[in-house]
Parts: sequence; structure tokens; C-alpha cells
Amino acid sequence: MTELLTPILSANWGVDKSWTLKSYLSFDGFEGAKKALKLKPEEVLEIVKESGLRGRGGAGFPTGTKWSFVPQDNPNPKYLVVNADESEPGTCKDMPLLLASPHTLLEGIVIASYAIHCHTAFVYVRGEVAHVARRLQAAVAELYAAGWLGKDIQGSGFDLDVVVHSGAGAYICGEETALLDSLEGKRGQPRLRPPFPAVAGLYASPTVINNVESISSVPCILRNGAEWFSAMGTEKSKGFTIYSLSGHVAKPGQYEAPLGTTFAQLLECAGGMRAGHELKFFTPGGSSTPILTPADVDIPMDYEGMVGAGTMLGTKALQVFDETTSIVRTTLRWSEFYAHESCGKCTPCREGTGWLVQLLKRLEAGQGHEGDVDKLLSVCDDINGLSFCALAGGAVACVTSAVKHFREEFELGYTTPAWEAFPYELSTAWAGGAK
Amino acid sequence: MSEELVTLTIDDREVSVPKGTTIIRAAESIGVYIPRFCDHPGLAPRGSCRQCLVEIPDAGNGRGFPAPQASCTMTVAPGMIVKTQMTSAKAKAAQAGIMELLLINHPLDCPICDKAGECPLQNQALLAERVESRFDGVKRRYEKPVPISSQLLLDRERCVLCARCTRFAEEIVGDPFISLCERGTHQQVGFSGEQPFESIFAGNVVQICPVGALTSVQYRFNARPFDLVSVDTTCEQCAAGCALRTDSRHGTIRRRLAGVNPEVNGEWSCDKGRFTLASVPAEQRITTPQIRENGTLRPASWPEALSAAADGLAGGYGGDAKVGVLTGGNLTKENAAAYASFAREVLHTDSIDFRTRQVSDEETAFLRQQAPQVTYADLETAARVVCVDFDPEVDAPIVFLRLFKAVTKGKLQVLALGAQPGRTWEKLRAELVSGTPKQALKELDLTVDDIILVGERAAATPGTLDTISFLRAKWAWIPSHAGDIGALEAGCLPQADGLTVNGILNAAMDGEIALLTDDIELFAAEGALAKAFTVSLANHKEGIATAADVVLPTALVEEQAGTLVNWEHRAGVVNPAIPGTLPTAAEVLARLQAVIEAYRAYTREDDADFEDYEDDDDYEADEVSGFERPEEPPAAAAPPTAAAPSEPEASDAETTSEGEEVPA
Amino acid sequence: MKEELEQIMARYPQPRSAIMPMLHLVQSYEGYVSDAGVELVAELLGLTIAQVRGVSTFYTQYRQHPAGKHHIGVCATALCAVLGGDAVYAAVSEKLGIKADETTADGLFSLERIECNAACDFAPVMMINWEFMDNMTPEKAVAILDDLAAGKPVQPERGATLTSWKENERVLAGFYDGRADEGVSAGVSSLRSTPKGGKK
Repeated sequence: MTELLTPILSANWGVDKSWTLKSYLSFDGFEGAKKALKLKPEEVLEIVKESGLRGRGGAGFPTGTKWSFVPQDNPNPKYLVVNADESEPGTCKDMPLLLASPHTLLEGIVIASYAIHCHTAFVYVRGEVAHVARRLQAAVAELYAAGWLGKDIQGSGFDLDVVVHSGAGAYICGEETALLDSLEGKRGQPRLRPPFPAVAGLYASPTVINNVESISSVPCILRNGAEWFSAMGTEKSKGFTIYSLSGHVAKPGQYEAPLGTTFAQLLECAGGMRAGHELKFFTPGGSSTPILTPADVDIPMDYEGMVGAGTMLGTKALQVFDETTSIVRTTLRWSEFYAHESCGKCTPCREGTGWLVQLLKRLEAGQGHEGDVDKLLSVCDDINGLSFCALAGGAVACVTSAVKHFREEFELGYTTPAWEAFPYELSTAWAGGAK
Repeated sequence: MSEELVTLTIDDREVSVPKGTTIIRAAESIGVYIPRFCDHPGLAPRGSCRQCLVEIPDAGNGRGFPAPQASCTMTVAPGMIVKTQMTSAKAKAAQAGIMELLLINHPLDCPICDKAGECPLQNQALLAERVESRFDGVKRRYEKPVPISSQLLLDRERCVLCARCTRFAEEIVGDPFISLCERGTHQQVGFSGEQPFESIFAGNVVQICPVGALTSVQYRFNARPFDLVSVDTTCEQCAAGCALRTDSRHGTIRRRLAGVNPEVNGEWSCDKGRFTLASVPAEQRITTPQIRENGTLRPASWPEALSAAADGLAGGYGGDAKVGVLTGGNLTKENAAAYASFAREVLHTDSIDFRTRQVSDEETAFLRQQAPQVTYADLETAARVVCVDFDPEVDAPIVFLRLFKAVTKGKLQVLALGAQPGRTWEKLRAELVSGTPKQALKELDLTVDDIILVGERAAATPGTLDTISFLRAKWAWIPSHAGDIGALEAGCLPQADGLTVNGILNAAMDGEIALLTDDIELFAAEGALAKAFTVSLANHKEGIATAADVVLPTALVEEQAGTLVNWEHRAGVVNPAIPGTLPTAAEVLARLQAVIEAYRAYTREDDADFEDYEDDDDYEADEVSGFERPEEPPAAAAPPTAAAPSEPEASDAETTSEGEEVPA
Repeated sequence: MKEELEQIMARYPQPRSAIMPMLHLVQSYEGYVSDAGVELVAELLGLTIAQVRGVSTFYTQYRQHPAGKHHIGVCATALCAVLGGDAVYAAVSEKLGIKADETTADGLFSLERIECNAACDFAPVMMINWEFMDNMTPEKAVAILDDLAAGKPVQPERGATLTSWKENERVLAGFYDGRADEGVSAGVSSLRSTPKGGKK
């Protein structure tokens, strides 16, 4: 099924020293930027708009439209901030991209900055990846040396500086307004909107925040044209993307394919479930998206398709679990993630996620009280939609969707520990022989 | 805020409010209370507690919000329809959910918590009506309480993380020595032992904390709010003129809170005003009149003391002693006015001064021109404010808050003359100007859009006040005492050829003058006080009373009604917070006046008459003097009068004993 | 350290933005966010100590107690846990004789249960000094620890040869150490769409 795959971003991955400028240039690197610099910034923006590219960081907001929200008559400097804080559980596409080909992102930064008249761009990369920081730092240095960053880029008259900024471990900083506060040197807690970042973002100035994959998709759009891009994908979800498959599949990894590919197709590319096992449930877009079951494997995985299925495409992080897996265990671990990562600003998330964890812990241990499952859902109601930002919504989604599909397994927690019902050693990567 | 009004519907009632108003404020304007914790009218909206959720079926554009929204961060829109917990089950359920979540980790300390009885968490929890908790897990625990400054204690278990205190510290005051720390369920108010929260405004956080997480060392475990009697008054600590609320129990003030006056202090106070519960500590208070006899003070009755005072001030028979009157700046305007009229009408002197420090003729002339020119509101709209010999955070802290507010909005530039570098000026992003004030002020080229705030210390630098009075900028003189402006307005300054305080003290040193003072602090004046016959309406044992010849104690400011006029020349009402038994200064002066006048009337007119009537058994009452002639000559037991250095006369002793019959 | 802190401040339009890399630099010198480090950062940025601590305690990577020479993080989030991360953690914990948030007595290792590190297709994942140790098993993990303890070089496939947590903190502070060319371009899981590693 590999004809289905569209290795565009990943075309140069695996090549020796693919992260260097020299290697990148041999893959038509910076051809897109050269084209862009010959156009007017507004024309570049139009191309990206026409392509139909939507934000690949989870929200799926049309990228060109977001760029057009920047008020060019605002006297403050304009900023581009690349969100490389990839922390949504299951999401693992941006880090490999930055390791293998940081220049893909940087070329996209040059083009995007040019389009929105930005002269200082930031890459906010999560801190727990030292080697990614190295590759980015080295790539930026190469570009300054080669005249692709700094003053008067390639003689175009356009100036651009790029600052690589390492985070320090906070999932919430992947939320765009929390990222801005973090980048300003404060605690990374989300901000009130309005004002929106496009008008008052970093340092109260117009700012565009985009995901790594979104900006990395811009060079090929400039190289090959908006039509080439929009010919792929579905009517409302144009283009290609990187689907990340992990868990109980034979070949976990990054699968670049047009939007609208189904889970069944991707699973086939990934060699199916590991031998002798069956699909139990999977997440379409990370732990914050309601889980799906074998009934949903043929739904096109684009933004609208997933919403229609009662979930979200999110970051296209497909975590796949087979029948050896205890749903109670996974829900508990995800809930512990949210409780640990809650920024603490608002009551429902700060207090509610902790309560959910306490309830799930005793269900996992087989010590749940009668009525705990309903209580779980009721607490979710007190959180959902009432919080300051969407983190709480994600925390609730994984619980409510798990209970919806596997209520009995949760109720089993009134009597039976999850590790007895689903022996934990059976779900390990090496179960049934070394990997 | 714009003048433009927006009309919306809240709980089926139409309301029109200025554009930019938040829904929660708009609801309050029609008496609809939406529960809240993080929202506070003096702080920027935060929207983090989520208690104020309301349903918005129509945002004003025909579409509603699918989920309840925080009413504290959303501004009104024309045609918006809002349903609070009063009319929407969805809003009520959402609020109840949030309340339940707030309570799951709350220690429920009410029986031992200061806030109980006036606690927004208690009140709002009861409004939400979920009586029993479904939480049967493990609550978050912290070591409690911990001191965050010498005055304040923090209980992190009770804290609901509304961040009012940290926002106050950062946004209103510029002293972020408390700041949120940690993340998620461990988020807490953090501070450093190296930099405790020793801000002059720190006490406000106790008042705005909606739970008992912040308590003051002073008030802790002191009283229950339902035992307290509250009285609104005006603060007596400085010339800012803040509204204050005193809470007393059993005749003792237990605590003081900031009162609400949007035009002066908003809802804030400073710690000087807040934590000073008694203008004179009980153990230091003089409660009966005193007379100095053989060098030591001894208690005396009112008649005796008033006589001794009258004697020393009114100069005995036939003459006026020269008297200088020093009122100090801590009087209500009524009391100051009483001193002024007493000085001129009874003592026939124009030598009266409310100042108790070295002054200059330049300052005296400057003060005679005083008129209200500047208000707090003007500080926010000025282009520049120049502080001359005036440290706002020390001399009138609430002025600092107003300046800080305008500076952080980016609208105001502050300059300082005669100032040392320091944190106050850093917070105000002030430019410190050097050179002589005279020179510097001219070079600044000030216009009518600028304001000068000049402090008392300016008197020490010749030329400053003169220069200021000729500039085009508006100016305000900000003295250090609450009663200074009132005393000035009431006439406690020489108007013709009277002596100022400098002259008065010099004359006292030379033995030429008697002194009538209030309970003032006179530095380096021991010599003058020793030489001059001094009558002091004093209350502190260790103050001027130690040098006075006659001490007449008075009611404290918290025991009387009156007016304190602030630096804006705005009158602030003083109400008695606790009952007192001593007369006010005005009342004492009235009694003294009666004694002196009777004295004079007697000695001048009736001495001769008395001799005529001496042998007349039919004489009943002397209608001229008002004296009742005794049946028999009174016993000659004349109590020894205080040593009156200027007028020792034996006949005074007899007259005094006669004078005792005059009702005090 | 002070000059380097000031260099970091100069990278940004507004110096307060530098606080995060500055704290990484403090860690690279002190092994954690020390009081002295906090005071220096506060002074340079014109912040109070409470404000700096407010930031340093918000992020998981900033430590309140010294790290070991090598900092071991075993992913405990759902997918890695289910795929064997819990077993890896148990083996590591037992081997080192410490639990999460503790450091061995000889100061060589500190241990942490970390959140999802964006390498789910290489689960179960262990990070050492924030370098990827992919596809762990209990045995592999323990073997790596043995090698480190013995001073043998350990080369992660997708990273640079392990040196120390402090040295990597310096990289996170933005001081490039010249070692970007170590490690592969991409691991096997990353190359599912281009198994031949590209056309050229």
C-alpha cells in the first residue's frame, strides 16, 4: 500500500547528513524561498491561502487566513513563532522532522516571515530534546553564514533573524497563548482572548503562531504551486500530512499521506496489528481526541470526517491498542498526564483532573466504589466546556469516550484490578518474543 | 470608558451600561449578584476561577454560546441576552459544579478561620445549594500557616488560587514579592524569605482575599465579624484622606479596613492606616488633667487644671500674657478652628501655627496662597507629574498608587526633584532631576497639563516654593499630617503680624511667651518648652506632656466626630468609632475660654465691686460677674498653683480659689 | 556565568524572554536551580525572587535538587507504559536503587518518570540527559546504565554520545556544542514513508 504514501516532507529523511544545508539544497532546498522572494509578500500569502493548507498542530485553522489577520497597518513589529513544543501524547512527527531536516522548517520560516512582514521569528522547541536543539542551532548558523538569514537575504532587501528557544517541560506551552506568555518569560498560562495573537500576541504585537509541520509544508507549496497541493486531500482538507502510528502495530512510524486516508489504509501500510492480535481502540489525533473503535476504521481521516465521527483529527497521532490493553489503565495514565500538565490557572482543570485521577486509580486497583463510573462522568460534566482553555477538554474527552465505549470494563473496577483482567506483561512491545 | 451606552438583557431585564462594561458589573448595576472569586473591580479581569459562569443564549448577533461563559471577562454587546443562575438552570448547574470542585481540596477550617462569617466562599457555597460533598478522596495538604511578611500569614490549603493577591501586588503596587509558583494542583502563592512581602500596601491582600488564606498577625483569632460594630470614617495617618472602616468590639477597635471612595483611595489603604488601631496606645494614654508641681506632673481635677491653665495663659489680673499657639497637624478641622478662634478672640494673639518644624517666611507666604487645584483624578490625566521634595510612597501612599496606575498605562511621566534613587522611583519609571529645584523647575518648561506635587520638606530649600507659585503648572502642597490642610483652612497660621512657629519657639526660649499646644511632637525644643509656661492638650504620656506645665487630655480622633481635610482640600467625614469620656479639644478650649473670660470679667470689673460688697450681708448674687457671693469668706486653703514663671502673684492664689467656684 | 547570562539576554527583543535559557544555564553550572542562580537571574532581569521562582517551579525540567551526572527519564504516559515502559522503569529503579525524583548516593544517576517525549513510534522510550534512547526493554536499559557506570561510551542512535546532563543543559541554554553531526538522520520508524531514505 505504499503507493498511497506521499513522501514530500520526509523525502530527504534518512539521507546521510540530511540536516545540513548542503544536503538540503540538493533536494531543491530553498527553491521555494527563492520564488517567494521574487513575489510581493501579499502574493505569497495568497498562494498559501489558495493551497488550502490548514494548521497541522491540531486545530486545523486555515494557515493563509491566519496570516491575513495580521494588521499590516499596526506600527508594532510583526512576529512569527513556530510551535515546536510537540507534547500531545501520541504525537511524534515534528521531532523527527527537525532531526532529519531542520532546513525544511527554516525555509518555511523565511517564506512565511516574508509574507507577513516579520523580521524576527522564533522557534519555540520543547526542552526535553537536546539533539533537536543542536540540529536547529547548527542549521540556523549555516543559514546566517549562507546569507539566508540576517540582513538583506540573498540581496532581496528582506531582513530576518531567527531565535531558537528551548522550552523546559510544560505541555500547556503548546497552547498558543500560553506559549506566548512563556516566550515572554512568564509562567506558561493561557491568556484571555480577545485580544487575539494576530493583533496583540508576542510583546503585545501582531503575531502568527504556527505548528512545525504547517510551516514546513510551505516551501513545497511555493515550489510546486498551490494547485499541486490542493489537488491532494479532500474537498475541505487539502494536501498531505504526516500520520503518526504507534502502539500495537507491526511497523509504528511516520506515514505521510493525503488527508482523507482512512485508518484501515494506514494500518495496512503499517503492516497491520502485531501478529495474533486484534484492534481494540485507537486515538485519531492524540489522547485529547475521543477514541475510536474497529467500527470507525473506514472513515476518512480528515478534519470533517473526524468531526463527523464525534472526534477530531487533532495532530494525527494514531495510538493503536489491541485486546491485551486495559482501557482503564490507559485512561488513568492519560488522566495522570493531564493532571500533571494542568497549568493550574482555572478551577475545573486544576481540581477536576486530580479528582478524575483519584477515581480512576481506585478503579484500576479494583477498589472502585459503586457509582464511581457515573461520578466520573459527572465530574467530567463539571469540567467540560467550563475551563479557561482546551486542555481540560482533552482531559475529559479521553475519559468520556473511553467510558462510552467500554463502560463494563470500567465497572469491572469495582471488583477486579485491571492488571488481573488484562495482565500487563502481555501488552508490552516484547511480549511473545523479542522485538 | 466611553460614554456610549450599550443595552442588553440580563435575566429578562433590560439594562444600559457604558460600552466596555463586563457582564458581571452590568449585572451588579441592576442588583443581580453573580458569584465570583478572581474578579475584583479594582483589578484587571482574569477569568480563572470560572465561578461567574452565565448562559448567553444570544451574543447580540443572533447566535448564542454553546457553553456557559465567564461573565467577568466578557464585555456587553448590544442586544446581548444573558441568563444568570437566577433564570438559567444551565448556569446554575455550571456554577454549582465549579463550587463543588473548589471545595474538594478546601480544608473547611471555618471554626478556626478568621474569615468565617464574612467569607465569600461560605456565602457563595451556601448560595449554590449543594450541601453535601461527593468527594471521598484525599485532600491536598500544606504546612500552614506560613509568614509571608512580618504582618501577614498565608494558609495555602484555604487558598482558592484566585490570584487576587498576586495580581494586586504586581498590577496595583508594583511589588510582586508574592507570585504564583508551581503548576497544576500544586500551584500556590509563593514568596521568598529573602524578599518578604514588606510593601506599605501589603495589608490590602488580607481584605481582598475571598477566603481565609491571608490573615493578619494583628487580627488573627481576635473577633468574629458578627461581634463587630463597623463605623465609616476618614484615616488620620496622613494627608491622603482615605476612606476607612473601623471595626470595634466592646469599645476597642479590633481592626481597620480600607473604605470605598472611588475618588480618593478606590478600595485600597496603606498599612499605616490599616494597622494602627489606636492613635494613642492605652498604656500610654493620659486620662486625667495634670498639673506640674515642684517639677513633676500630678493628677488634678478639671477645674483645678483649667484654672492653672487660664492663669498661665491669660496673665492673671489685668493683662494678657503673650501666648503662642501650636496646634500641630493632627486635629480635625473643627478642633483646629476652635484653636484659631481661641487664639484670636480669647488670647488676642495672631501667633498661631499648625507647623511643628523649622519653617520659612517663604513657606508661610506660599501657604497663604493655598487653594484647591489638583485632584486624584487629575494625576491620571496629567502629562507629567513632578514630585518636589515629596516621596509619594512614604508621605501619602495612596498618591503613589494613583501615579503607578497612570504610569503603567503608559500615559504619565513622573519626575522627581530632591529625591534619592530608590525603589519607589524605579516603580514609577521616574526621571530623577538634579540641580537646584529653582533651576530645574524652570528648565522643565512646565505647562498647564503638568502637575507639581510639593512636600513639606521644600520649605528647607529657599526659592523652591516661590518658583512653584509662579509656574503655569498646577500644584498641590502635600503635607505629612491628616489635619494640616484643615488647620490651614481654619486659620492656624499668622494672618497679620503674628509669629510663626520659629518665632514662637524663639520667644519661648527668651522667656517672653507662654505656649498653648496640642499633642504635638516638637523636636529639639526642650529648651523652649522648659522656659515657657506651657499648656498642652496632650494625650501621650511620653510626648509634649513631659515638658508641659498643665496637661489637659482630650478625646482621640477615633472617639469623636469631625472633618479631616486632605491635600486636595476635600473634606472627609470622621465618625466616632468607639465611645470616649474625654472632651474634644474644641470642648476643652470652650471650657478654658469660659474660665478665662469669667476670670477676666471678675478681675477687671468685680474686684472693686467685691470689696464694696464684702460686708454686705444682703448681697446675693452679683449679676455682673455672675458670681455667687459666699455666705462666709471661703476657707483660705488655696491649692498651690503651677509655677508660672512669667506671672507669679500671690493674689492669684486667692483669685484662683475663688475662680474654682465657676463651673468648669 | 554572569557574562553568559547577559549574552542570552541580548538574543531577545525584550530581555525577560531570556529567563528560560538563563535557568537552563544556571542548571548547567549548578546542577539545579539554586538560590544563588535565582538571585542572579532576578537581579539581571529586574524581577523579584518570587517571580523568578514562579517561572522556575512551573516547568518540569527545572530542578529544585541537584541532578545526577546522568539524568534518566522513563516515559510513563499511557502508550509507553502499556508497551513496557513501566517494566523498564521498574528495572531501572531497582538497578539504581532509587525511586523517581531521587539521585544515587554516588551522584551518578538521577531518575524521573517523564511525560510523552514525542517518540511514540519508538516506544518504550527512555531519555538520558534528554537524548533519545529508543525501543527500550528492561534488559537494554539496565545494560546502558551499566555501560555508563563503567565509563563506556554510549551512543544513542538519534543523538550525540552521552556526556552529562549538565553539558546538555548548556545546549538547551542555546550554547551550541558543535555536535549536530553525531547520530543518524532518522530512525527506522521515521522512514516508513521513504524506506530507501530519499531519492538522492
